[in-house]
Amino acid sequence: MMILETERLAITFGGVRAIDGVSISIAAGQVFSIIGPNGSGKTTLFNLVSGIYRPNDGSIRLAGETVTGLAPDQLARRGLSRTFQNLQIFSRMTVLENVMVGRHRHERTGVLADLLHWPTVARQNRATREAALAALGRVSLADAADRPAGSLAYGALKRLEIARALASEPKVLLLDEPAAGCNPIETQDIDHVIRSIVQGGITVVLVEHDMRLVMNISDRVHVLASGRTLTEGTPQEVRSNPAVIEAYLGVHGSQEAGRAFD
Amino acid sequence: MRTLLATRLLPAIAVAAIVIVLPWFFPSAFYYRIGALVFIFALAVVGLNLLMGFAGQVSLGHAGFLGIGAYSVAIGPTYFGVPSWLSLFAGAVLSGIVAFLVGRPILRLKGHYLAVATLGFGLLVAIVLSNEAGWTGGPDGMTVPKLTLFGWGVRGADAWYWISGTTFVGGFILALNLMESPTGRSLQAIHDSEIAALVLGIDVATKKLTIFIISAMYASVAGSYLALFNGHVTPDVAGFLRSIELVAMVVLGGMGSIVGSLVGAIVLVVLPQVLTVFHEYEQALLGLIVMVFMIFLRRGIVPSVAAILKGWRK
Repeated sequence: MMILETERLAITFGGVRAIDGVSISIAAGQVFSIIGPNGSGKTTLFNLVSGIYRPNDGSIRLAGETVTGLAPDQLARRGLSRTFQNLQIFSRMTVLENVMVGRHRHERTGVLADLLHWPTVARQNRATREAALAALGRVSLADAADRPAGSLAYGALKRLEIARALASEPKVLLLDEPAAGCNPIETQDIDHVIRSIVQGGITVVLVEHDMRLVMNISDRVHVLASGRTLTEGTPQEVRSNPAVIEAYLGVHGSQEAGRAFD
Repeated sequence: MRTLLATRLLPAIAVAAIVIVLPWFFPSAFYYRIGALVFIFALAVVGLNLLMGFAGQVSLGHAGFLGIGAYSVAIGPTYFGVPSWLSLFAGAVLSGIVAFLVGRPILRLKGHYLAVATLGFGLLVAIVLSNEAGWTGGPDGMTVPKLTLFGWGVRGADAWYWISGTTFVGGFILALNLMESPTGRSLQAIHDSEIAALVLGIDVATKKLTIFIISAMYASVAGSYLALFNGHVTPDVAGFLRSIELVAMVVLGGMGSIVGSLVGAIVLVVLPQVLTVFHEYEQALLGLIVMVFMIFLRRGIVPSVAAILKGWRK
């Protein structure tokens, strides 16, 4: 089953077609990576799919339902979650509270009940706390639960964002450069986390520059260049595609690279 | 249970104890008056702190809601024969409705733009109150009929001390409750990152509007109390200076600290009284002291002192 599909998706910023007719189909339970040189439109594609930008053209389907033009919160309630390349942490809250916010779409209360602290609110707070702690455990951050989120190291914040997104129990999780700025050990941690997420039945869409991580973990790799689809295939196919190497290194660079590999 | 004690029960008990114990130390009846004013302002400040300190949305026009509440208990009994207590509730509902209508368009704005838009709202209320002299008595204001509860005419500063103290404790507890709930967590999330709150399924616009309405109702009740307590009301109650005073109380006590709201109100109500001994230098000294507070306790009194104490314990 296709969990997430885009059809001829396009968006223009001031005359520049940042995404130009991109169609992707992502099967449930896969790790689907989107790669491409800087400026090729990877993050723009994420922003379109997660509802932050509205496409000028084309359509998006989530679990078979057309969701083109829906707001991010509406998409989140339908089971789409994401992380950000530049961290978006609730830095004034504790680590645990950050993840508790992730449970929002599963919480049922009204403002009046919240003001009066109805017994249902107390009960639900406990359930939310348990679920958030479990999500923290999945990224090995349970020990840091009561620390202010702002005090965590960069790599830990990357995992905190993943835990927060996981707490919302999405069908599809978009990870925007989860390993960017991470050292090799932190990258290894991210690799393990992604594998465990997929084992839990969540489809992962990954934008990442760390090619070793991408090639190791992906079922399918989609390559963008200048807002258009260059190619798509298994990591093996993509790696050996001369057009991909050319897109990254330029014609001259790929000749150099070819000589180096000989 | 331990977190419950730390976050909700303990501060609520402490504040209730302060309200009860404080009068034992009052040397004269005049102090009941100061106490009542502190709790009335603290109530409005708690509401504004929910909006500013937790949800991160500034309002430079909150005295507008103070004004709606104040004139409701003046106009309701005088012209319509509505009992004062009912006029107070009607004023709070009216403030909520006005906040809904005003908040929908302006809460889309951010930062300075929101500040100026709310400032405009406050000015608008103050101007309407001065110009509609037929209803409001114009710039000279109008007399507010005394509050009567169950046949008991409320008189004297001590009665108002207990009424405003009890209401403040109630408002304080409601605010603490709200922060320990899904709504409260959403608001704090919006403060730090609207975009992250959105992608976690939070309806940011509705949450902002909700807290704007709640904080308007807090201010409205405080405004009604102020008018009933003073027995007279002028458009100054909704003026720009009043709005700024409320914001100063929030920031001085500590943004996002409900206990800080009380501390901010205490400082800015009590200090001018203390400083009257310096006669013409009163205002200048007040300004200087507020500046010193902000320089040395920049996150506000309560959060900064809490951080210092925590540092010592380590």
